[in-house]
Amino acid sequence: MIEALDSEARASFPAPAGKTGSVRVIACGAIAREVIAVCKLNALDHVDLVCLPAIWHVYPAKIAPAMREAISTAREEGFERIFIGYAECGTQGQLDHICKEEGVERIGGPHCYSFFSGAEAFKAVSETEFTAFYLTDLLSRQFESFVIKPMKFEKHPELIPMVFGNYTKIVYLAQTEDAELQRKAKWAADFLGLDYEYRFTGYGDLTASIIAAARGEAQPAKS
Amino acid sequence: MADDEIILSELPDDELVEQMHDDLYDGLKEEIQEGTNILLERGWAPYKVLTEALVEGMRIVGEDFRDGILFVPEVLLSANAMKAGMAILRPLLAATGAPKQGKLVIGTVKGDIHDIGKNLVGMMMEGAGFDVIDLGINNPVEKYLNAIEEHQPDIIGMSALLTTTMPYMKVVIDTMKEKGIRDDYVVLVGGAPLNEEFGKAVGADAYCRDAAVAVETAKDFMKRRHNVRT
Repeated sequence: MIEALDSEARASFPAPAGKTGSVRVIACGAIAREVIAVCKLNALDHVDLVCLPAIWHVYPAKIAPAMREAISTAREEGFERIFIGYAECGTQGQLDHICKEEGVERIGGPHCYSFFSGAEAFKAVSETEFTAFYLTDLLSRQFESFVIKPMKFEKHPELIPMVFGNYTKIVYLAQTEDAELQRKAKWAADFLGLDYEYRFTGYGDLTASIIAAARGEAQPAKS
Repeated sequence: MADDEIILSELPDDELVEQMHDDLYDGLKEEIQEGTNILLERGWAPYKVLTEALVEGMRIVGEDFRDGILFVPEVLLSANAMKAGMAILRPLLAATGAPKQGKLVIGTVKGDIHDIGKNLVGMMMEGAGFDVIDLGINNPVEKYLNAIEEHQPDIIGMSALLTTTMPYMKVVIDTMKEKGIRDDYVVLVGGAPLNEEFGKAVGADAYCRDAAVAVETAKDFMKRRHNVRT
C-alpha cells in the first residue's frame, strides 16, 4: 500500500498497519511524489510509504530523532523490512548512526541532488560545480515556502547576497518534464540574480534504491 | 512620532546598553549605529562599547540561535547590525590600543562556498579581541599555508558546510603535519555537518559548534599558550 501524502502534512503517525512481506519506506516528504512514482512504475504495491515533513530539508537536525521514532512505529506495526528514504541529508552522521543501530539501510550519497543526478554523475560535476544551487521538482514548486519565506528574503532582500552571494547559478535537476516547474525554477534564478541551467535527471538512483529495498536486496549505491 | 518611540539619546547609559542588546536582537542596524555613536560621545572607550553593548548583545543572539529560538535570517540581521557598529569602532579600537587576544586565520575549505558561519565566527572573534585574517571561501591547502607563513597566526580556523568538503580539513592538517608545523598552531574546525568526533578524527584541536563556542575555545587555548610561554 502506498500512502500518498500532501506536501506539508507528511508527518503521518501512526502509519497504516503493515502486512506480511511488506516494506515500510520512511522517506523525506520532499521525495514523496518521486517514491510513489517509482513504486507505481515498477508495480511495487507492497511498499508502504510514510514521510517525515519535507520542510525538514531546511532543518535537518529534526530528522534523526523523528526517524528513530518512525522506525520504532514501523516495527510495532509489524513491517518486516524498513528502508530509509533519505541520503545523508546534512544530519551530521546521525542518520547513519541510526541506520547502523537499527540494522536498516538508506539511499546512498550525500543528498537528493546526488541520487537524482546519479551518484557517479554528481560526483563528476561536484568539484567544478560547487557554486551551483540545486533545485529539484519539489524545490522548484515550493521555492517560496522553502527558501524565500524561511530566509525572510521578501522583507529583507539585503540578506540575499549574504546567503547566495557566492553562488553563480541555479541548476534545476528535473525529475519530470514540466514547463510550469521550469518557469518557476527560472523565476527563482532571476529572483536570486543567478544564472539558470536546466538538467533533466529523472529519478536517477532513487529507482534502483527503492527497487532493491522492495526486493530485500542490498542497496546498489553506498554513500 | 509615536508616543512610545524610544529616543536613544535620552536613555541613561545602562538603559541604552540594554536597548542596544534588544536592537541587536532585532537586527536594527541604524539604531546600533546611533547607539554606538551616543556611547562614544558620552566618553565610553571604544573597547567598552564593543564588549558591553555589541559583543554581549550578540552573545544573547548566539544563545537563542543555539536553543532554536532564532534562525539563520534573524542571526544574519543581527550580524549586519553588529557589523555596522563595528565599522564605527574598528578605527578607534586600533587607535586606542584595545587589548589583543591573538591572531586567527580563518577560511572555508576548498570546494565549499558557504561562509555564513565562518563570517559570524570571524566577526565574534574580532569582537573578542582577535586579529582576524579572513581567507574567504574555497581555500586550497596552499592558501592556508601561505597565510600561516605571512601572518604567523596563533589559530587556524576551518569551516565547511558540505559533507563532501569537510574531509578536506584533514588534508590541510596532514599537510601541516608533513611540514612539521602542526603543533605550532591551534586548529579549530566548525560547520553544520561536523561534530566533535569528526574534529578529533581529522586531528583538529577542537570542534566548535557555533561562534560563541569558537570564541571561548580560542580564548581558552590562548590562555594555555600564554601559560606554556610563561
